Amino acid sequence: MGLSRKVSLRDALRYQGKGPMLTFILHRISGVGMVLFISLHILASYLMNQSWGMNIGTFINHSFYETWVFQTIIFFFVLFHVINGLRITILDLWPKLMEYQREAIWLEWCIFLPVYGMALFVIVRTGLGLGG
Amino acid sequence: MMRIRIAPKRGFNFDYVMWLFTRLSALAMYLLAFIGIVGALIMGARQSMNLADLMRWAFMPEVTHVQNTNVADVNAWKSTFWQGMGILFVFVASAHGLHGLLNVVEDYLENPIVRKILRYLVIGVLVVMNAIAIYVILHS
Repeated sequence: MGLSRKVSLRDALRYQGKGPMLTFILHRISGVGMVLFISLHILASYLMNQSWGMNIGTFINHSFYETWVFQTIIFFFVLFHVINGLRITILDLWPKLMEYQREAIWLEWCIFLPVYGMALFVIVRTGLGLGG
Repeated sequence: MMRIRIAPKRGFNFDYVMWLFTRLSALAMYLLAFIGIVGALIMGARQSMNLADLMRWAFMPEVTHVQNTNVADVNAWKSTFWQGMGILFVFVASAHGLHGLLNVVEDYLENPIVRKILRYLVIGVLVVMNAIAIYVILHS
């Protein structure tokens, strides 16, 4: 197998991977996003402890990372990665279950949507100052 | 033009170990998050914080994550036990995350020298970020 994939953008966008492909892409995006944003958060928290970097650290953490808009994004990344990762782990370690991959993906959305919905409700309500 | 990369031998090699590590570290992180939730509930999270705060604590048991909530005694949330759990979480999560990042990036790279340089770069980033994260946990 070659490593170079000469697929035109049009073909790539028309690829009908459906459910499994969507979870694959979202797992990658959420994983890379978590590495980037959590590294940024750790660096900002480190700077907040130093007198020379207190301003920039506080700016990144309070004006960017802890805003409710950004929290909804990072919660999506973390929760989706956690629930999809559990599906991947269970199916990979017990390969006989791989037969039921599509059903597992439906089950995964059935768990993800209510939990994320509840967290979203709390975050947005608190963010808009409506109590909570 | 097709170029060929020699695939490693099947069996017990580095790729297989890292494949297994990704799954097992995921399981370990579910356990750590579960311990975080149970511990928070024992320390009275039910009355003093909302769902989003509880999840934030579960994903990283670090005391600044509960400073905006109504917890009665902040000191209970930065005990040696929770600091140790936080450091453990950092080790597992950073290894899992940076290996995953490397996996994604290597899918789009074919030059073996670039891949090797990237691997050492990621190991360096791993060590530095772990040191910074442990410093943050112990000094907050």
